Parts: sequence; C-alpha cells; structure tokens
Amino acid sequence: MMAEILTDVSADTQQMTMIQAINSALDVMMARDPDVVVMGEDVGFFGGVFRATAGLQQKYGKNRVFDTPITECGIIGVAVGMGAYGLRPVPEIQFADYIYPALDQLVSEAARLRYRSAGEFISPMTVRSPFGGGIFGGQTHSQSPEGIFTHVSGVKTVIPATPYDAKGLLIAAIEDNDPVIFFEPKRIYNGPFDGHYDTPARSWAGHPDAQVPTGHYRVKLGEARIARSGGALTILCYGTMVHVVENVVTAMGIDAEIVDLRTLVPLDIETIEASVKKTGRCLIVHEATRTSGFGAELSALVQERCFYHLEAPIERVTGYDTPYPHSLEWAYFPGPVRICEAISKILKD
Amino acid sequence: MTGPTHKDGLTDGQRAHVAPMMPVERGNLPPLRLHVPEPPARPGEQADFTHFDVPPAGSAPRPDEASAPGDMRDMAYGLIRVLDADGQAVGPWNPRLSPDTLLKMLRDMALTRAFDARMFRAQRQGKTSFYMKSTGEEAVSIGAALALSRDDMCFPSYRQQGLLIARDWPIVDMMNQIYSNRGDRLKGRQLPIMYSAREAGFFSISGNLTTQYPQAVGWAMASAARGDTRIAATWCGEGSTAEGDFHSACTFASVYRAPVIMNVVNNQWAISSFSGFAGAESTTFAARAIGYGIAGLRVDGNDVLAVQAATRWAADRARANGGPTLIEHFTYRVEGHSTSDDPSAYRSAEESGQWPLGDPIARLKQHVIALGIWDEERHAAMDRELAEMVRDAAREAEKNGILGHGLHHPMESMFEDVFEDMPWHLKEQQQQMLDEWKAAGL
Repeated sequence: MMAEILTDVSADTQQMTMIQAINSALDVMMARDPDVVVMGEDVGFFGGVFRATAGLQQKYGKNRVFDTPITECGIIGVAVGMGAYGLRPVPEIQFADYIYPALDQLVSEAARLRYRSAGEFISPMTVRSPFGGGIFGGQTHSQSPEGIFTHVSGVKTVIPATPYDAKGLLIAAIEDNDPVIFFEPKRIYNGPFDGHYDTPARSWAGHPDAQVPTGHYRVKLGEARIARSGGALTILCYGTMVHVVENVVTAMGIDAEIVDLRTLVPLDIETIEASVKKTGRCLIVHEATRTSGFGAELSALVQERCFYHLEAPIERVTGYDTPYPHSLEWAYFPGPVRICEAISKILKD
Repeated sequence: MTGPTHKDGLTDGQRAHVAPMMPVERGNLPPLRLHVPEPPARPGEQADFTHFDVPPAGSAPRPDEASAPGDMRDMAYGLIRVLDADGQAVGPWNPRLSPDTLLKMLRDMALTRAFDARMFRAQRQGKTSFYMKSTGEEAVSIGAALALSRDDMCFPSYRQQGLLIARDWPIVDMMNQIYSNRGDRLKGRQLPIMYSAREAGFFSISGNLTTQYPQAVGWAMASAARGDTRIAATWCGEGSTAEGDFHSACTFASVYRAPVIMNVVNNQWAISSFSGFAGAESTTFAARAIGYGIAGLRVDGNDVLAVQAATRWAADRARANGGPTLIEHFTYRVEGHSTSDDPSAYRSAEESGQWPLGDPIARLKQHVIALGIWDEERHAAMDRELAEMVRDAAREAEKNGILGHGLHHPMESMFEDVFEDMPWHLKEQQQQMLDEWKAAGL
C-alpha cells in the first residue's frame, strides 16, 4: 500500500538516516506548530544520546526543548499536564526499557484522559523511545515492550522500519490528538540490518526508503506497508525485523509477501487479511518475548478471519521468554536461522 | 562459576535459598530491630492528642512572598493559625477578608457539608455505588478556592468537592455524575465523585493517587513557558505523599520554578493507615519542601482564614515568578475514608471529638458572629435553606436516573472517546455487543 503523501513545502528529498529523519520530523513540526514541545533526559543542549533532537534547542529555544530530571514518571506526568494546558508534548524516554516508571501515567492517565473526562481533556502527546536489541545493550537497553502498550485501551502504538516512514509516521503521530507510543528500532537508526551481526554494518546510503522529503508529509497511522509483494506466504513484521526478514526471503529465493505493519494499534487488518487470504500461509516475526506478545494477537486475528484460507499452521518467530541476555544476544535475537527454519516449515505443509 | 558443591549436592548459592535464614551475631552489638508505626489509639482506647502542642493563633510569622525558601524553613514546622479560641482573627496572616467573602466561605462550607450528607445517604439508599465525604476538611478546599483566581487550574484529589462548590458549579451536575445517570456529562464512566469540569478549572480526577501532582506541575510549566498569568494548584492526601509521583512533581516544580501550589491535606488517616505510615512520626509533610528547596508552609487546615491566607501567599508568590509552594493542611478526617470502610474498626471513636483544632464551620461561624455580621438565627435558616436546596437538587438529578436503574447513557457509548476517531476494532466490538444483545432479545 502506498503511503499517503501530503507535501506542503516542497518535493525536495534528501538522503537521511532514520535518526536524521526523526530529527527532521521534529524540526518540521516545531516550525509549523508553536504548541509542539520536546522534553526528556539529555534532549536539550546535547541533543539526545542518539542525537535525535540535535540542534532543536538552539533553533527553538529552551522553553520548547528542554532537559528533564531523571524521572520517567515525572516526564510523562508533566506531559499530561502540558497536554491539558493545550500544548502538544513530544517526550523522549531515553530507552524503552526505562518506560516502566512512567507506566501509571501512560496507562492510567494519558490513555484514559479523553475517555474518563468524556472529551473535556485530551492527551495529545507522542512518546518517542528507542527500543529493541542488536546493539549489545544487555537486559536494560534492548527490550521490546510494545505488547504492554497494545494491550492498553486508548494509546496508539507505532513502529517505523525506514527513514521515510519514521518521519512521516512521527509527523502523523504528533498531529494526532491521542497519545501515541512511538518506538524507534535503534538497531536500524543508522542503517538497515540484515540479521547477520558478524558482517560489516551497512548505512542507509542508497536505500530507496532513505530518500526523505525535507518538508512536511504524513504517513497515515493505521496503514501497513507491503514491503515486498509475493504469493508463497505472508510474513507479518515491523521495525528491525522487516529488514532481517527481507534479507532471509531474498537469500532463500522465496516469493514471500512481507507486510510491514508500521502501526500496531490501530492495526491495518484489511491489508493483513487480504494478504493471508491470497497466500494461505502466515509467519509472524517480532523481537519481543513470545507469550502474550503482539504476535499472539496477530495469530488470533488471522485465525479468526482467514481460517478457511490457511494451508498451514500460523508460525511465530519471536524473542524467547527470557530477559535479553548480554553475551548471548545473537542466540536470543530472532535472526535468519530461525526465520529460515520457520519459512521452510510453513512451506512444507 | 557456581562455586564448590557441598555433600548435599548443593552449591553455596543454592544452599542460601533452601537453608533457614540464621541471624548473624556481631559481638556485643544488640540485634537490629524493625520499627513498625502504631497509631496512638486503636478502637476502645483513649484518644490522646496531648503530644500535639497547638501553637497560639497569630503566633506564626509571615515571611515576605519573595523570601528564599532557605530563609523560611521554620514555616514548615510551625502552624499558621488566624482564628483564636474566641473567634477573633489575629496575627500577621489575618487576610482581612470582606464580610461578603467571609459569609460566602461560610455558606460554601455549609453547602459542601449538606451536599455530603445528602449524597452519603443516597449511597446508603442504594442510589449509587460509592461516596466520599469531606466532613471536617471543608476549609481546605473552600479557603483555597477563594484565594485562587477562578481561571487558575485545579488538579484535585478525590476530597476537594468544595472547590467545585466554591466555584459555584451546579450541584445537580455533580449529582448526575454521582448517579452515573443519563445527565452525567462523563457518560457514566467514572466512579462517583471523580468529577471533571473544565469550565470550572477542575481537572478530571483519577482514582490513582497523586498522578495529578506532576500533571499540575506540567500545566504550570506550560503556563510559564507561554508567558501566561494563570497558575496551577494540586491536592493530595498525606498518605499518598509516599508515591513516586509526589517526589517527581516536587523535583520538576523545583527545577523549573513552576507556578504551582502543591497542597498536602494531612487528615491523619489513609483509609486505616495513620499518618505514621507516610512518615509523620519523623517530620512534618510541609518539611518535604525543604529538601527540594521550595517554600513550605504548614497551616491549621480547620481554620479557613489561615488556609485562604496561605494559599493567597503562595499564589502571589507563584504569579510573581517566585516558584512553587508546598502547603500542608493539618486537619482531621472526621468520617470514614469512603462509604466502603468503617473507621470504628481501626481507630478510636473518640478521636474526632478530641481533635484540638475543632470544626472549620463552627470556627468561622463563631468569627462572623463575633464580628457582628451573623447570628445563630441566620445560621439555622441557612442550614435549613441548604438542606432544602440539596434535597431539591437530588430530586432533579434523580429524574435523570440513579445507578443501576436503566437511565444511563446508551450502551454503545461505552466505545466512544477511547480515541478521537473510533478505530475498526472498537467499531467491530461495538457492533458485536449490539448484535449479541439483540439476539438475546434484550
């Protein structure tokens, strides 16, 4: 599915890494909307530990881009209050692994404010946070907690897989009047990742999805992207795993259809349903732990809607139900070996 | 990696998990002991407030609103009191309010109490699921509301119904919320008393404690960042000052010098846990401000003039970019926590009567009578009028339904306002619910 492109500045594009695309989205939105404020640990003068907010404080001032105390509960609580005032906060949680102290403010407050006040107050914040492993971050810098948020009513969960989508989705998230959890796959901040950790890192240079419009455009929330069309089986994935899956499929020479979900809630069920009905086979790949992970929801939905089209059991390749182990990172990571096995199994039936 | 294995086949580490824990003795040192706080009096015991030394009204100094927090630390340990035992307003904190304002406060406090009485009874009559009275604590909300501007934003806890009453919010609207009926603007989604009234500058109440604290600070920071003149105020109980949100909020308020007033209503009881479980045996709640380097005031919470004066001091300070103030309102929760608990099961029945700071309504009444602007007859007439007023309002609200009697918002409204636009999965669940009810013949 093509992204909805609404360009209002110019059609100029520029090659960007995902970090640069995110920075550009923030820049564009801060220039367009004086209500947008950026806050978080180290995001101000320094520009963020991953440089996503570099230069913004210098450009927009300390009243709109500021460092915060190290209390995620406080960051999100303050963002709820700023949203109630009428601002449009974009707090950064430095690592998704640090988001748990903010859970009450996200789950019980931001997510429910519109509902419990019958629309009197809203929480139009976008929480940016790097997530996922693959950088030897150990158990506290590698987690994928998206399933915690997809389980909560009232928040949207968005995960880009390319620089183009990162910018367009982030702009759409900031403009959205509901709270959005925007998880950024940090393993692919600076280049796509094929899953082979022992080969040299690639950059985004030359990647077609790294050509990013310099101005304003949206990638609509709730629409998946067909990363590769095919007929042999459907692979549902998002974030870093889109690139790992693409590489496996190419290496195996399989005519798979790869669906990059982009938004988990609200989910693009139509694209998923159409694809699985076409291929009759479905593999779900995510890096997060398996039990009660988002793959379980996907599996249930596919079964409910496509049961009579399925020619093989739905398979899941996910992180194991263990903490992310530091030295055994690449045994934990759902990499090419496991994905290849699963594809072979699905196609054999 | 795992160390030597013992004869039982276990390593040291495994043994540590299965062997009974044996204390380690250390020479002549006495063993450590754990202090678990215990309130002064339990049911059947004599209530005892002799340890509470009540400072005389008028004795607390009044620092300048621009004072550095470090120069006014004593204020966190004293007690600002204006009304003395004879009903005279004395000392530097006397706000010298006009007769009209004094009588408005008296009426608002009395209306709050009458409202509470009526709604408590409605819960007992099965008309709603839950209620929380503010008996004895009316001054905390009424005094603050009269010191703030009406467009200042309040982030209340669950016992600040007095704010809405002082801001003249229609009590029928409050009752509709309590009955969760079809007239409830919140569509029957919230537990009774969890009001939301944007037009009254009253933020949606959460049932999760102290979440409103950092939110109020955020609102105040936004106001300051925008060059606004409005300030924020928030309330929590002494028990929930233990929440991380409280400390996050104090840190943010201090760091950004946010124009916010943070109120701790120390009514001494958090359901059945006395204030000792929030740290009251060791220090005051106002003293929490000292560690954060913000202004802290400790106020007689049953003295509405003291509450008004302290709140005005803090509001003036905030509006002049002097930053946040933490105010502890020392009061007493006369009734149970809510309709769901029986205080006679955990505290001395005499406590309420022996609480030395008295009743806020009686104290203001004594004052306005002493001023010659009020008398017993008018007071009795006012009480009768207010009782009739809440009775009529309750009848009006009950026309819109009471909880569990069908006059609620339509079932499909359950799915509205989760998001701005309803996504497909909620539409699908909504339709499924309607189809199932239809199929069941309901």
